[in-house]
Amino acid sequence: MQTLDEILAGKEVCICAGSGGVGKTTTSAAIAAGMAARGMKVCVLTIDPAKRLADSLGLEELGNEARQVDPALFERQGIEMKGELWAMMLDAKATFDELIARHAPDEQARDRVLGNRIYQQISNALAGSQEYMAMEKLFELHSEGRFDLLVMDTPPSRNALDFLDAPKRLTQFIEGRSLGVFMKPTGLAARFAGRGASVALGVFKRIVGFDLLADLAEFFNAFSGMVDGFQARAKRVNDLLADPATCFLVVCGPQGEPIDEAVYFHRKLVEAKLPFGGVIVNKVHYPAESLRGESDDLPALLAERLGDADLARRVAANFADYQALAERDARNIEHLARELRTSTVIRVPHLDEDVHDLAGLAQVNRYLFATGEERIALAAGRLKA
Amino acid sequence: MTYGLEIPLRGYSYEAALFLPPPEIARNCPIPDLLDKRLLIVTGKGGVGKTTVAVALGMRAAAEGKRTIVCEVAAQENASRIFDHAEVGFHEVEMEENLWSISIDPEESMREYVLLQLKVRAMRDLLFRSRIFTYLAAATPGLKELVTIGKIWELAQLDRKVKRGRKYDLVIVDAPATGHGVGFLQTPRTFASIARVGPIHSQAQTLDRFITDHDHAGAVIVCLPEEMPVNESAQLESELRDEVGVAVDRVYLNGLYPERFDKSEAERLAALAEEENGAVRAAARAALSEYGRARAQRAQLARLRRRVGAPVRTLPFLFEPELGREAARRLSQRLA
Repeated sequence: MQTLDEILAGKEVCICAGSGGVGKTTTSAAIAAGMAARGMKVCVLTIDPAKRLADSLGLEELGNEARQVDPALFERQGIEMKGELWAMMLDAKATFDELIARHAPDEQARDRVLGNRIYQQISNALAGSQEYMAMEKLFELHSEGRFDLLVMDTPPSRNALDFLDAPKRLTQFIEGRSLGVFMKPTGLAARFAGRGASVALGVFKRIVGFDLLADLAEFFNAFSGMVDGFQARAKRVNDLLADPATCFLVVCGPQGEPIDEAVYFHRKLVEAKLPFGGVIVNKVHYPAESLRGESDDLPALLAERLGDADLARRVAANFADYQALAERDARNIEHLARELRTSTVIRVPHLDEDVHDLAGLAQVNRYLFATGEERIALAAGRLKA
Repeated sequence: MTYGLEIPLRGYSYEAALFLPPPEIARNCPIPDLLDKRLLIVTGKGGVGKTTVAVALGMRAAAEGKRTIVCEVAAQENASRIFDHAEVGFHEVEMEENLWSISIDPEESMREYVLLQLKVRAMRDLLFRSRIFTYLAAATPGLKELVTIGKIWELAQLDRKVKRGRKYDLVIVDAPATGHGVGFLQTPRTFASIARVGPIHSQAQTLDRFITDHDHAGAVIVCLPEEMPVNESAQLESELRDEVGVAVDRVYLNGLYPERFDKSEAERLAALAEEENGAVRAAARAALSEYGRARAQRAQLARLRRRVGAPVRTLPFLFEPELGREAARRLSQRLA
């Protein structure tokens, strides 16, 4: 099985993807910190405004500009920073505005787009624009070449796939420039398009109200000069995602549902010919060390050692509950490895303490970067985490 | 579980635990402030157990004799999975006595909406075949969310708009996780301000009034007993209340570990884990893990109670490999 160092060797971009609630943000931060500790200049990007990354890195807040994390913070956790760790939170709206400014043929066109209500809605809320802007920022940072490695925490979406489809959806939307012509107030072009189109437009107008349609028409007209630039850029962003120096890590939890999502997401990555690096399973319940049938008379054994039958019964019941979860996790992970045809499944245990700060991050870090044997030793308590 | 990691034994206050009603009291006591509403929106970040709580609420209402439907949005099928049922799609499918489920697909909702708006069949056919219409519908920001909320509203009407529509006493929505569903619930208001004329304007206003009617509609936040989910739930509550204007009726802290051991027992177990090997040591360590987590969770529960205004109730962690129908039923009996 490959270790995380081996997976990330020679990579310039690492994208952590997975469904919501599986610990993507923590994982991204821990990976970035680990690679920075190994001497690289790393930047971790998030678009989650929930302050999760900032909190876990001990920063007050993150902005649209990359900021360096104080290496002393890591040294206090026993991690020596040979390289540099930077972090930023993407502001999707600001990035979109910058993009418009870049592609607009003149100031007037730029202001028309920025002032359009449909644009304001899209840049804030259209499903996919956040994801697209994240890719855009990633591309921009990569082109600048300031960092050895960029680690991307993908947006919190219920469905991990939203993120892969987003750039396509957004460019399709923007490419709809031809519709601007249909919607010009004169409706001249609509007549050429035939009765079907004009009726469809008429009905749509009746349903949504004319104002909205006028705004849409204006948006497409204002956008029409920028489409080629957008398309060219989108293609280069896609090229970066498919580059061999990019690596997708699928992050999931050990329960059935996140495992199924990880399998599905991996399939989509393969279909899209995007470079899959490995899978990280968080919050795994490890089975106890080999027990060799000892656990059969565990309640009696415990009662004898503790001299308290009631406590022994509760300890045994608790142990059985955890073992059942550990067995489920082992089964699910085996299924995952089989489906992905990979042995590279990196497990991070369900730690006793909730991971939300640098101390927690340092713990996760040890597991992420451990070799196979180290990980087993860590889990069995033979090595101090 | 990490037997190898040290368990902090510093003292927490146990005040939080005192707020917990004993399970036998909590079980099946009536909760009219929730279940007498007509619409409950279950929100929270991804992975906190929203669908399970939505289904559990549905089971509880159904058990009280209320005809209830659990709606998933964006064509999700998590509820049917809990019921171990085939995907339901855009159909109202009966899962149990008094309990139905539907997965609201925005495209189907759009189609239904147009069918209800346009009475002339030829016109509808023309519209659905038209690529321009499909395109415009997809391009209009928020229209998908709007027709989804429109369908939820339609389901909650006693005078259903669809032919032979069933009457429901309660509609429960498993809201989208993305952006905590705040954007989703804001759609009607945003739409009403963009489309200033036409039928959509007044319909969007109707939908906004529907979800912000505190007597008949409310939100339920599902949270986990961890640092960041607690912070996010507090933020979500203020956004739902102040920005969307919806009533937040409950915060459920899901996945709370039982307190199986007390401090002196933990000390004895720690000593045992030191001297022993094999299964005894492993079991003692597992017990210490549980003790540490249960205490950390009580501290989070206390934080949550300080930071949110809505009543906080807890739901136990279920030590089960997969949460199916029976697990949801057990949770439903613990709802308060």
